[in-house]
Amino acid sequence: MVAAAQHPNIELITYAEVQKVAGYIGNFTVTVKKKAKYVDWDLCTGCGTCIEKCPSKKIKDEFELGMGSRTAIHKLFPQAVPGKPYIDAEHCTKLTKGKCGVCEKICPTDAIRFDDQDEYVDIDVGAIVMATGYDLFDWTEAYGEYGYGKYPDVIDSLQFERLSSSGGPTGGAIRRPSDGKEPKCVAFIKCVGSRDDTKGKSYCSRACCMYTAKHAYQVKTKIEDSEAYVFYMDVRTAGKNYEEFYQRSLDAGAKYIRGRVSKIYQRGDKLVLKTEDTLLGMPMEVEVDLVVLATAMVPAEGAKELAKTIGFSTDKDGFYQEAHPKLQPVETFAAGVYLAGTCQGPKDIPDTVAQASASAAKVLGLLTRDEYATDPMTSEVDPGKCSGCGFCVPICPYKAISLVDIEERGAEGPFTRQVAQVNASLCQGCGACLPACRTSALDLKGFTDEQLVAEVDALCL
Amino acid sequence: MSGKKGAKTVETAVKLTPITESQKEFISRIEKEAGTSIHLCYQCGKCTAGCPAAFAMDYPPRKIIRLLQLGMVDTAINAESIWLCASCETCTARCPKGVNIASLMDAMRRAALKQGKITDKKIAAFNKGFLSGVKNFGRTYEAGLTLQYNLSTGQLFKDMALGLPMMNRGKVSIFPERIKGRDEVKKIFEKVQQLGGEE
Amino acid sequence: MKFAYYPGCSADSSGVEYGMSMVRTAEILGIELFELDDWNCCGATSAHSTDKMLSLALPARNLAIAEKQGMDMLAPCAACYSRHRNVEYVIEHDPDMKHRIEEIIDKKLEGSTQTVSILDVLANKIGPATIASKVTQPLTGMKAACYYGCLLVRPVEYTGYDDPEDPQTMDEVMKALGADVLDWSHKVECCGAAMVTSRPDVGNRMLYHVLQGAKESGAECIVTACPLCMLNLDMRQAAVEKEYHTKFNLPIYYVTELLAFACGDAPETVGINKHFVDAIPYLNEVKKRAAEAEAQARAQQDKKETVTEDPELLQKKINSMIKAFEKGPDKMAGRLLDDESRASVLAEIISNDEKKRNKLAELMVSDKDKAVKVADAFVTGELKKRNE
Repeated sequence: MVAAAQHPNIELITYAEVQKVAGYIGNFTVTVKKKAKYVDWDLCTGCGTCIEKCPSKKIKDEFELGMGSRTAIHKLFPQAVPGKPYIDAEHCTKLTKGKCGVCEKICPTDAIRFDDQDEYVDIDVGAIVMATGYDLFDWTEAYGEYGYGKYPDVIDSLQFERLSSSGGPTGGAIRRPSDGKEPKCVAFIKCVGSRDDTKGKSYCSRACCMYTAKHAYQVKTKIEDSEAYVFYMDVRTAGKNYEEFYQRSLDAGAKYIRGRVSKIYQRGDKLVLKTEDTLLGMPMEVEVDLVVLATAMVPAEGAKELAKTIGFSTDKDGFYQEAHPKLQPVETFAAGVYLAGTCQGPKDIPDTVAQASASAAKVLGLLTRDEYATDPMTSEVDPGKCSGCGFCVPICPYKAISLVDIEERGAEGPFTRQVAQVNASLCQGCGACLPACRTSALDLKGFTDEQLVAEVDALCL
Repeated sequence: MSGKKGAKTVETAVKLTPITESQKEFISRIEKEAGTSIHLCYQCGKCTAGCPAAFAMDYPPRKIIRLLQLGMVDTAINAESIWLCASCETCTARCPKGVNIASLMDAMRRAALKQGKITDKKIAAFNKGFLSGVKNFGRTYEAGLTLQYNLSTGQLFKDMALGLPMMNRGKVSIFPERIKGRDEVKKIFEKVQQLGGEE
Repeated sequence: MKFAYYPGCSADSSGVEYGMSMVRTAEILGIELFELDDWNCCGATSAHSTDKMLSLALPARNLAIAEKQGMDMLAPCAACYSRHRNVEYVIEHDPDMKHRIEEIIDKKLEGSTQTVSILDVLANKIGPATIASKVTQPLTGMKAACYYGCLLVRPVEYTGYDDPEDPQTMDEVMKALGADVLDWSHKVECCGAAMVTSRPDVGNRMLYHVLQGAKESGAECIVTACPLCMLNLDMRQAAVEKEYHTKFNLPIYYVTELLAFACGDAPETVGINKHFVDAIPYLNEVKKRAAEAEAQARAQQDKKETVTEDPELLQKKINSMIKAFEKGPDKMAGRLLDDESRASVLAEIISNDEKKRNKLAELMVSDKDKAVKVADAFVTGELKKRNE
């Protein structure tokens, strides 16, 4: 990330949102809202004194997934780039109540700006790469049999990652959220929300089998005399050295039990899991100290709205729709918009890097050209027939139709009127505009009315 | 299987043969009656894991579905587990594929009863006693049910210690309660009998 | 509020207390019950284990009668409720099947009524607030495990009025009656149903776990809304204790029994004296606890009204406050006044004027609001003096 930030040809805009995208391939204008940070990053040195002194210390840290707390002025996470803080306006005492202002007083470079506002900028770009990532399925809403989130020692895998990360709330020590004790027996349950038509998603989240093997290995090696149980339906290790990685977890002593867990309940300070070892064919019960759920990967929050803003489609599960599942994995139906990473579908790091490289290559291929070849089967407007009603404009899902002025000669001399015009580079030839046109001014090249009638004639007459 | 009658079997494994028409038809009928599809099941074991009676079952719910998936209808219908199912519906509520396992077990039980393959005589006897009271009087006749059940299962003195305390508390009547419309109820039983278990 | 009332076959026999307390509950809450005319047995588990059409036809006859009566039907028994909901679901979604059922029962079905569960009526239709308003004998200090069992919450297509994994309707009613409701592990686990009678080798073990789960949670009683669960938990408790060499000492109650009791009925009025596990001593214990809690609450209220603090303790507090004022005048000034410039003036006053400092310190201990006002007044006075 630091390399990207320091590259002369890359401008990194963080803590910002895309508000609007206009234009088309090669000629996009993106309106970006740079959210108010209340810190002038040109002056800030990232020394962190403000973070130390901020009195609002008890805010639940979103990055630590609720397992740690942060201050109102904070860096998003220790390795954030740029490594400079911003103020969470909702929890800042000065911005909400007008009191405090300690950070402003002690900042050595006088970088605090309580009067900061959101800034809107327009950026002209030729191509857009979507890399909005994923979120985890909210299991606490769906899985009543696992407690609906009322048991503090039932966590999801990302929370476990924070526990075992040296930069996390426990400094890398795996501890129970309830009492801070080291768990001796940890259960991992896979496919929570994945491959579950009734409560969650029908698909497989792809990365969980591997990271659960990693987590189980971490428990066995970090905690002395520990037990790690992994409750699974399958172990999917399709990748280079993946099977060997899984085998290493087994060698370290992780116990894999084939069976879904039907119920988790509390007994004293332990959690009881009811399952069946389907390989043995026996119902089983196990008492553990910590339960980690490998939950489904879902599109990041706000992804669907963003796709609508930019003008491309999402699939049945909300992931960004690729133009072809096999032959065009990084392109969308909106020309000039490319995909990279988990926003297109669940995948792990090697696949994300490969896809991102492919997207970059596609962009390079596009931007090194002056002209761009598109599919010839696009809609065309006959201005002589077009009444300028504009009915077709909102119908087009790719925003390819606009109303333009044309000059015409009339009985009383020249005059200007509006007609529809199709942008051939945006048009995908879907034909949705044709039935909307009341005067039949729109026709689809390659599938004109004349051509279709001729086909029918050939077949039926 | 083995050649002569009474000779020992030579099989060393379950012989997986193409499913016969009658097996296919049976499974299709069971699925229709239960309103579910067994091919959806991916054998995850959650049903058995949550089944409160699984500990006592020879073939817990997951295995019953597996037997049906492989066309092993005879083994399934002779299982004791379909009688031990308490119809608590926990399996159906938690199945990730939405398979209605409870209805399936129910349908299997009815089919087993119809075919005379009553692996658990006690539960069948209980149901029979219960329904005979309803048929005759329109409502359950608990004293009659207990008597009939005890006799038919050869447990003459079962629950006898509870009999008097129940009577003292006014919780059991010696005589059945007859409803006015008991002929209507009887007719329902007769009509259903005529249908012979078909929908 | 009125319902067609479907007592079910056990309401005057093995579940007689449920019947008695249901009638009393309706009277207390102003629900009019009209017993279904000449109703028949719903068939319960035995019917659907024997023949599918039989299991649909038996409840269907009752539904036809309810439709004629023109009212939704209240079936307190969980099995009866489930069977009738099953038929309602089928006739709503399968017109073919509806037709066949009508043929068998020789009656027409409109699908115009709905069967409701007692928990739905109490928690959702009547509401905890109304129930609480009728309570004269609160169940304060009662540690209850609410047991829903199977058919009150599953299958969700038939029930739907409460969550199938962590239901709350009975809990809400019990809270409205003043009880401490505990979360426990076997809220919706099967008690063994008819198998406790027909196959005790299976049923007893299932029943044991429900009783043990309640005990482990710290509950002192179990509350239920199903006559078969009650029969098992109550009548068969001794047998389970004997088989597994344990003692539970758990009285079992119908939620309607407790409602009636909490609204002033004597236990005998609703049949609590008919239980196998003696359920009256615990109610007396709860009565005692409720009385104690009330007495305590009243004492607290009295104490609040006449606060006489120990004078020595008070002086100690003031002294330490004076010290705090001496040590950190800026800080203390900041605590009293928001405005920075005024606070700095106050800080000077505190540093220089001992009398004013002590006054402020005293007020900080006893009445902070007044302290702020006085501080403000001091500053105003000082500023005026400086301007002169």
